[in-house]
Amino acid sequence: MERILTVAANEPIAPGVFRLLLDGAAVDDVRAPGQFFNLSVDGFYLRRPISVCDAENGRVTLIYKVVGAGTRALSEYRRGQTVSALTALGNGYDLNETGERPLLLGGGAGVPPMYLLAKALLARGVRPTVVLGFNTASEVFYKEEFEALGVEAIVATADGSAGVRGFVTDAAAPLSYDYTFACGPEPMLKAVYAMSDCGGQYSFERRMGCGFGACMGCSCRTVTGHKRICVEGPVLKKEEILW
Amino acid sequence: MVDLSVTLPGMPLDNPVIPASGTFGYGREFASYYDINILGSFSIKGTTLHPRFGNETPRIAETPSGMLNAVGLQNPGIDHVLACELPELKAFFHKKVIANIGGFSVGEYVECARRAAKADNVGMIELNISCPNVHGGGMGFGTTAESAYEVTRAVRAAVDKPLFVKLTPNVTDIASIAKAVEQAGADGVSLINTLLGMRIDLRTKKPLLQNTTGGLSGPAVFPIALRMVYQVYEAVSIPIIGMGGVSSAEDVLEMMLAGASAVQVGAANLVRPTACRDIIRALPEAAARYGITSLRSIIGAAHR
Repeated sequence: MERILTVAANEPIAPGVFRLLLDGAAVDDVRAPGQFFNLSVDGFYLRRPISVCDAENGRVTLIYKVVGAGTRALSEYRRGQTVSALTALGNGYDLNETGERPLLLGGGAGVPPMYLLAKALLARGVRPTVVLGFNTASEVFYKEEFEALGVEAIVATADGSAGVRGFVTDAAAPLSYDYTFACGPEPMLKAVYAMSDCGGQYSFERRMGCGFGACMGCSCRTVTGHKRICVEGPVLKKEEILW
Repeated sequence: MVDLSVTLPGMPLDNPVIPASGTFGYGREFASYYDINILGSFSIKGTTLHPRFGNETPRIAETPSGMLNAVGLQNPGIDHVLACELPELKAFFHKKVIANIGGFSVGEYVECARRAAKADNVGMIELNISCPNVHGGGMGFGTTAESAYEVTRAVRAAVDKPLFVKLTPNVTDIASIAKAVEQAGADGVSLINTLLGMRIDLRTKKPLLQNTTGGLSGPAVFPIALRMVYQVYEAVSIPIIGMGGVSSAEDVLEMMLAGASAVQVGAANLVRPTACRDIIRALPEAAARYGITSLRSIIGAAHR
């Protein structure tokens, strides 16, 4: 669905990381955690895909990292400005397969979708543990928000300046879990894949053209054939992943 | 009241707006955004004899007012398209489509086009002899008059349905290629395919596209496309489907004035799924604003 949404807030929550709150009917479009919005930014031809962090009370929360000129321009949007969004794209996480004690692993810009996922799991009576990975203490965000949900949130930093020293897999090593949900850079996903002997769902990132399945720009090979990360993904089940 | 209808060989169209191959899949994704029966027609994703994964990713890069793609003709192969995509799209598209066909040898083009032409909802074949993405592939056929003539001639002999040949702009003289395919029996030409380009990632200091180069499309290429349509109109007497960066009703009018009998819209579909619907809606008012009562009447009018 293409919608014109109004910026309610667009503020930094960590260095180079912004939280964008959008008002409008889009909240009802979101069918599953792990879906994304594709935002049009003035002056840039292609849209920017950003995963949904939260969708509640008529407001959608998107958290994004400034990685280039387009996301920098997005970070300059102010309250009251409007933005064109293709809403609720991608498959999202399948909540029919969660295990009883799922572990949620988010790395950097992969943390936000874990928030809506944690809420959705709690609503189904499943209490997850969350591991959040960052490079350093100043980059940490959303630990308190997860804790406010009543979820244990363990931080890992690569330099050891906060929480467990190392990667999300180091923080996860002593934990007990029977399912994994992961979102983050591909090396992190690979490490989670190698670490866990249980089932899981992994959210992938690709450069996209359209974000809704038309251009074939984000295709990948899987055990079950070619998939478009924007439509049949971004979430793939562990058993269908081909690295 | 503005008459939007135009005619391509064997295909009367309610309006000249046709989503371009590779930007519209097999229609399904767009049918969830609007009723695509309002389109003149649409050109299906470039289809080859055998299934193809295409190039590795990244396949897409942004450019000023446009984009590069190096998808590499990913498609499920003609037999799957005939068995699934074309029959299934009848449920949500009740007009005939343009079957865009790619290939890597004359024999492959012929066989693929022959099979595609059998489908009852295929109104014409659009031969892609210009895809710049495939190593040793389409690029070769469209870049010399001789090879363009050869493949067109062979496919012409094998299919009865109207045959359009889609031309690459990555040549010295596109008009001479257009003349060659006209002489080979093409019923029309489509132009332009994408322009070869590249971007380099400053962080990795390597080409951004895994394929190194890709095809440029979007508003950035519109003036080039328009110029080429204008030149080809002077060189051939067969109809032209004009395309390249078309994003608005005004762009459609310019393309038709330059000589296009119908107009394809490509990259615009990707950034705005309702682009073609919006263009069709805007056409009557845009035409009326310039005193145009019939779109047919303005084809090539810039030459007169």
